[in-house]
Amino acid sequence: MPNTAPQKAKILVFSTEKISDPAIDMAGLLKLHYPPTVNTITLPCSSGVKPRWILHAFEKGFDGVFIAADGSDCSYGESCTEKTGNIVAKTHEMMKERNIDPARLKMAALCSVCSEAFVKHVKSFNEYLIKSSK
Amino acid sequence: MKKKIGIYICHCGGNISDYVDVEKVKKAVENDADIFLAKTTMFACGDTNQNEMVDDITNMKLNGVVVASCSPKLHLQTFRSVSERAGLNKYQYVHANIREQVSWPHSDDKLGATEKAIKQVKAAIAKARLAEPLEPMTITAQKAVAVIGAGVAGIKAALQLSDMGTQVYLIEREPFVGGRTAQWERIFTSNETGKEIISRLYKDILSRDNITVFTQAEVVDYSGSIGDFKLMVKVAPRFIREHCVEDNLQKAIDVCPVEVPDSFNFEINSRKAIYNHYPSEYPYLPVIDIQNCTRCGECEKVCKNIDFSQKEETLNLQVGSILMATGFDPYTPADNEYGYKHIDNVITLPQFKRLLALNDSKLMYNGKVIKNIAYIYCVGSRQVNGDNKYCSRYCCTSTIHAAIHAKEKFGNINNYHFNRGIRTYGKQELLYDESSRMGDIYLQFFEDGEPQIYKEGNKTIVKVKDVLTKYKELEVEADLVVLVTGMVPRKDNAIGSLLKLPRGRDKFFNEIHMKLRPVETVIDGVAISGACQGPKNVTESVNSALSAATKSFSIVSKGEIDLEPVIAIIDKDNCTWCGACAEACPYDAIQKTVDGDKSYAVLNSTVCKGCGMCLPVCPSDAIDLTAYSNHEIENMIDALL
Repeated sequence: MPNTAPQKAKILVFSTEKISDPAIDMAGLLKLHYPPTVNTITLPCSSGVKPRWILHAFEKGFDGVFIAADGSDCSYGESCTEKTGNIVAKTHEMMKERNIDPARLKMAALCSVCSEAFVKHVKSFNEYLIKSSK
Repeated sequence: MKKKIGIYICHCGGNISDYVDVEKVKKAVENDADIFLAKTTMFACGDTNQNEMVDDITNMKLNGVVVASCSPKLHLQTFRSVSERAGLNKYQYVHANIREQVSWPHSDDKLGATEKAIKQVKAAIAKARLAEPLEPMTITAQKAVAVIGAGVAGIKAALQLSDMGTQVYLIEREPFVGGRTAQWERIFTSNETGKEIISRLYKDILSRDNITVFTQAEVVDYSGSIGDFKLMVKVAPRFIREHCVEDNLQKAIDVCPVEVPDSFNFEINSRKAIYNHYPSEYPYLPVIDIQNCTRCGECEKVCKNIDFSQKEETLNLQVGSILMATGFDPYTPADNEYGYKHIDNVITLPQFKRLLALNDSKLMYNGKVIKNIAYIYCVGSRQVNGDNKYCSRYCCTSTIHAAIHAKEKFGNINNYHFNRGIRTYGKQELLYDESSRMGDIYLQFFEDGEPQIYKEGNKTIVKVKDVLTKYKELEVEADLVVLVTGMVPRKDNAIGSLLKLPRGRDKFFNEIHMKLRPVETVIDGVAISGACQGPKNVTESVNSALSAATKSFSIVSKGEIDLEPVIAIIDKDNCTWCGACAEACPYDAIQKTVDGDKSYAVLNSTVCKGCGMCLPVCPSDAIDLTAYSNHEIENMIDALL
């Protein structure tokens, strides 16, 4: 019998304690489903993610890394979005040098109530990662 | 020192263990390096387990503890306190969230949920292995609270905070205080009117030096965080000078030619463009509704205190906590829902209550004397097809109370209650009993047998197959049909959007936990109270307001707050000073220092906020963050695979 179970990509999410973590928690509260292979590490701010952590995740076997960025809600300042964007751009270059598809690193701004947006993002990211691995 | 870690995996009743095999999780980690203890527990937060944890930590000399349970938002502090009670530094405690981020979102995949829970616990263990004892950082907390909304909940919260010695800014968007309560006539159980309650409360406010009331005021911007919020408040002008001559003001109201629907009376009558709702309303000064004023100048002819030159003011307030008491809107029936706006004698419960207030000797509507009143319950609540699945709780009692009031005030009234089961809980049951004894008729229907309303000539007929008489078809010729509408969240959610307050499935503001942290939100320092959190009657609103006031006070009372001791750590040997970290830091916490021929970055730890913005820009990777070092994060990544 063919295996019809949907495939699930291993996705590492860098979320933030004050902004995106509450949104991810609320997705659970609202029983919004997403693949259980999505795992989260919480940080104070998305603009503190080191490229080496992202590369480490790929080297060890994660299919994708998703940065749930604070965006304009960041309590540490308005520059957060730009700085997180810079980290992603810099890491994309490093990924290219290592022949890793840059699309495997994704970033989106998530507010503390963006539960549905989070689920939508990780589901579509999961689909992309499954397709691109075939 | 060798690590000795204890693990506790919570069932959370069945919230976790219904979807996650907690015994399997325990088995998967109990033989890992450094694990000295692994237990499952029905409720990790329960007193019994907390005491057991204290004994375990003390007796086994554990120097690392992990609890895998609900969100850290709910119980991180609980288990940190347990650690402290056992003599363990609270920052050597690590929390794994296997409820909000595992069992609930993956309730459709028990195997996947269990595997994820194992990974989350292993990642927490990886962090606990490296967790060092730390001391908290302390910041100054503003000893002031902003209460948003001056209805009964907001006023009671302000008074409570004032009693405790806190400066309060009471910010009301409308021109007058009192909120919904001011709109109601007699209120159960005291039978005081809403006006009387609000008048009594605001007289109390006026006697306080530490409460400042702003009306027509809106928070339009905010920054900062718990302990030090900065609010920008815009205050609209009233266009009338204070200390005016009351008679002249009344003349100004009388001569105003503008008539607009009166929202205070739910638009069953009209008001002028210069108005107040009742004479003792606070502030004791009418207001000019500038949106509808035609600037005809008639009022200025009879009253010298009209002043159209007044301008909007902008205030900047600094507070340690924000207390939300923004109330609710009544549900507005859809077009033609039970004939609303199509049949002329169909009104809502709030309109009916204002009708009772506005009529004196006879109950009249649309020029007709009212004798037979049909009340249709659960309009906009407990919806089968709509979004409002919840029960609004207050409406059964409110309707029966109003029906009794109508009978007592006007006599010769027949009340017919078309209900889906009366929910007059607690002492409110006495009203139900009283109304039955007074001869009110109760007819019951289920959601699949809603009453029909139609016109037969000039008559309005309400027909139902009554459950209580074995589905006998019964008809009432009603002079007035009252749709018993429930509560819905405020349509204008500007302040909620500004503060990014989460909303629950019912779209009201959401607390962290219904029982354990009922007035706190995930936005640290912002508390919620009253009906902005969900349907509540006046008593329940006041109770929650007092609770929220106590919570806000606990934040500002000491004048300082302990913050996480998370700061950047610079490895000066590895730093070659390029200046990128200083440029990235939004707080100017990093400066260059020169030691002989070596230049390197140094951190001002009193200014550093621990955001980590300096970390990724360092080309020599010479900066780490306390509790988020490369070693900790990379070990966690390894554990999550």
